[in-house]
Amino acid sequence: MLQGWVIVTASFAYIGLLFCVAWFADRRAAAGRSVISNAWVYSLSLAVYATAWTFYGSVGRAATDGVGFLPIYLGPTLVMLLGWFMLRKMVRIARLNRTTSLADFVASRYGKSALVGGLVTVIAVIGILPYISLQLKAVSTSFQLLLGYPEIAMPAKAASLVVMQDTAFYVALFMALFAIAFGTRQLDAAERHEGMVAAIAFESIVKLVAFVAVGVYVAYFMYDGLGDIFEHAVSRPDLEVLMAPLGGAAGSYANWVWLTVLSMAAIVFLPRQFQMAVIENTDERHLRRAAWAFPLYMLAINVFVLPIAFGGLLHFPQGGVDADTFVLTLPMSQKAEGLALLVFIGGLSAATGMVIVETVALSTMICNDLVMPVLLRVRAFRLTEQRDLSSLLLDIRRASIVALLMGGYFYYLLAGEAYALVSIGLISFAAAAQFAPAVIGGLYWRGGTRLGALAGLVAGFSVWTYTLLLPAFAKSGWLAVELLERGPWGIELLRPTQLFGLAGLDQITHAMIWSMIANVGAYVIGSVARRQSAVEHAQATLFVDVYQQTGEPGSAWSGATSAAALQTLVGRFLGPGRAVELFTAYAKQRGVHGVDELEGDRELVRFAELQLAGTIGAASARTMVATVAREEPLGLEEVMTIIDEASQVIAYSHRLEEKQRELEAATQELKAANERLKELDRLKDDFISTVTHELRTPLTSIRAFSEILHDNPDLDPAERRRFLGLVIKESERLTRLINQVLDLAKIESGLAEWRPSELDLREIVLEAVNATSAIFKSRGVGVETRLAASVPAVMADRDRLMQVLLNLLSNAAKFCTPGTGRVEVRLTSGAGTIRVEVEDNGVGISPEDQALIFEKFRQVGDTLTDKPPGTGLGLAICRRIVDHFGGRLWVRSELGRGSVFSFDLPAPAAARRVANA
Amino acid sequence: MAKRVLIAEDEPSILASLEFLMRQSGFETRSATDGEEAISLAATFRPHLVLLDIMLPRRSGLEVCRLIRADAALAGTRVLMLTAKGGHRDVERGIDVGADDYVTKPFSTQDLVARARALLADPMLRLAPDAAPPEAP
Repeated sequence: MLQGWVIVTASFAYIGLLFCVAWFADRRAAAGRSVISNAWVYSLSLAVYATAWTFYGSVGRAATDGVGFLPIYLGPTLVMLLGWFMLRKMVRIARLNRTTSLADFVASRYGKSALVGGLVTVIAVIGILPYISLQLKAVSTSFQLLLGYPEIAMPAKAASLVVMQDTAFYVALFMALFAIAFGTRQLDAAERHEGMVAAIAFESIVKLVAFVAVGVYVAYFMYDGLGDIFEHAVSRPDLEVLMAPLGGAAGSYANWVWLTVLSMAAIVFLPRQFQMAVIENTDERHLRRAAWAFPLYMLAINVFVLPIAFGGLLHFPQGGVDADTFVLTLPMSQKAEGLALLVFIGGLSAATGMVIVETVALSTMICNDLVMPVLLRVRAFRLTEQRDLSSLLLDIRRASIVALLMGGYFYYLLAGEAYALVSIGLISFAAAAQFAPAVIGGLYWRGGTRLGALAGLVAGFSVWTYTLLLPAFAKSGWLAVELLERGPWGIELLRPTQLFGLAGLDQITHAMIWSMIANVGAYVIGSVARRQSAVEHAQATLFVDVYQQTGEPGSAWSGATSAAALQTLVGRFLGPGRAVELFTAYAKQRGVHGVDELEGDRELVRFAELQLAGTIGAASARTMVATVAREEPLGLEEVMTIIDEASQVIAYSHRLEEKQRELEAATQELKAANERLKELDRLKDDFISTVTHELRTPLTSIRAFSEILHDNPDLDPAERRRFLGLVIKESERLTRLINQVLDLAKIESGLAEWRPSELDLREIVLEAVNATSAIFKSRGVGVETRLAASVPAVMADRDRLMQVLLNLLSNAAKFCTPGTGRVEVRLTSGAGTIRVEVEDNGVGISPEDQALIFEKFRQVGDTLTDKPPGTGLGLAICRRIVDHFGGRLWVRSELGRGSVFSFDLPAPAAARRVANA
Repeated sequence: MAKRVLIAEDEPSILASLEFLMRQSGFETRSATDGEEAISLAATFRPHLVLLDIMLPRRSGLEVCRLIRADAALAGTRVLMLTAKGGHRDVERGIDVGADDYVTKPFSTQDLVARARALLADPMLRLAPDAAPPEAP
């Protein structure tokens, strides 16, 4: 009857039943009538503690250690009876903070530290892998055993190892699928899994029924009641010893105490237990019933352990049957096929229950505390910009589950065969116990810090690895056995199983002693060593004084943001639809009509953070909320953001200052321009009055002589001619003056017309000298020219340039002493310029006058009795003309030694090249 | 005895016209073309009247006027300022430093000659020494 297909079909039928239970519970939950909101269901769900290890392994341990199996169940019983208040505190904290996992809980306590969360996750994953492999081993062993029916042959010894490994692989694969199906169908803000909890509670009943059924069968069908079995056992000395409290191979007070402590830690700190007891708890009051109902369950499932163990030992006296398999092999030996199948289903039930909850809990930790923090922090992934991350979260969790089961499978390949079920489980227990100092310290000691938690976890986990994991590998042949026997590098003091010479204890006790010393010591020293940060302090108070909290806890968000921004943020992780629901409900609760009316105050920010914390954990939630809101207690990321903002503000204020400076400069410029305008206005007034004065002078003469001539018709002809000559001369002067004033005004106002063309200066100089030759001759002044043979052409207005030359030449003639006067005109070309010089040997100009002569109406030589005719505008005009063509005009002179007036004009680029070539 | 008139004017053509007008009126004239020359000539020539251009090189007409007024020996000397600018400020300043009258360029020759005659006909002029300039003290 027990062919392979029957077993497989029965297994899948059972799994199908579990799905129905889960589906039913989820539907009820959606309808608002939660199945799991029930103290009985809660108590049963805690029984996920009883795994395949309990189901098969307890009997195995009892067969060697007698009542030595009991501490593993004594611990949880003690915790539930005496320590339930601690669980209640954790439940309260977890509910208020929307804690998603053990890692999230610890991280949250220590300043929402992503590092702490990550470390807890790593320890949990590595620590729990042996435990998962244990389940795989149990299920595949029992499957192979059952497949061998009616023969009873130990698969590990008889059947091919490869077949066993194949079975374990398929078991791992199917369990991964179950876990994904149960635990990651949807993403909930509360990270609660109603269907899963209901299924686990159901499984707890099945495995209890199956185990008790075997017990009853062995006690009352194979033997005549419990008394009969014990009588048989007492009659054998090797079995009698198992009944003593400290009997068995490893019986000692120390072992008892440490195993009890270990299991006390396990019932709280194994990820699946934390998941069931704390995360999935719907009501704190359920703990009260669980406080006695769960120990009762433990008792019920343990009552028949010794009878079955003795029955097995009595029934298989040759020792050819592994004691771990007595639960299954005893019914098989009696051809009780139905019972054997029920036992298999019960064992399967215990194993799948454990695997599902454990992997779901671990995958949540991996996703929220390992993968997401990295993804969110690595900007290259641009995760903070993506809209909907809920499916990504689910995918990460699914992948984690597959990875965990594959990890468990590989651990099984590595070390699974070397250990009994109990020993494998205890290694995981010891790993979970490493969380105890950080969590319990965190619950009751305000002074526990992030540094302390990190130090304690690292120290404890390191010792665990060294004293438990390494020996496991060594015993499996993956490391040299000398490591265990002689210690690393032959240092016996460092032997992993007898560290610092501590001998005479079993391996677990030995490891627990050292790891707890290291863990607690590092935690306390680390906590005392450095002060808490603001966030740490806030979180510590939040945890330790959780009962004093009123209302919702959360970070002290100081910055305001918009409700829409928060809703969008939450929507990216929970899905937009769910976010709308949550925010609408929240708006209702706050008494406003819609999300639009919600203010983005700290209450709303806190609400959004809690929603996110329920999905991606406290540390990541804080990071994400910080992207839309500001927070008082600061982490590195926030500080960086704020520094960013601050530097923007600083940059902005720099820009403001710059603008201010620019404005001041502009104001200064305006002031200067205004002053300049005033100055120009004053100059214009001066100019006008100067012009008026200059016009008045010739006018005065003209009028005076005209009147004299008019009033004296009888003037002698010579005088008359002289006076008329003066009138004509002054009239000419007046005309010239008016022309020059107009000319200057035109140049200065930019209205002058310039007709530039390419000019040969040589030709112009010669023409100018020619034009003024009459003046020179009349004044008896000699004029010579020394002109370069050829000069580059210049761009200038021919008439204007001629005007400059004529002015300079006539000035030279004017200021030369008649007779001895000599004027030389030179033309040279230099680097990029062409220079014209007019040198005279006249009176010269004093240094102070040299600058003045280029100003308007400044004439030198006023002291001369024979005042030269001139308007005082000539040089001013000349200078402006030369300036206009990009050149310059200047004078070198010495009083009494003559003057040299020079001007440069730039040679055009093309011409310059030719000139340079 | 002809009245002595000192003409201080830097523009040659204006100077020529003033010399003609004063001589035609029967006055003895001396001419200066800058302020310094005017002051030294005033001390030696001891004019009854100075025709003083206000804008003279080296020393302005105003300064020359002030010095003449400060010189007790020239107490009877009349000063007729020739101002090129018609501004009231020049007139005021001329009066301030003790000018007796002024004409504005371009002036009417008849007006100028009339004013000069009027100043020279002033009875106060009798106080002025007719004699040749005294020896320097």
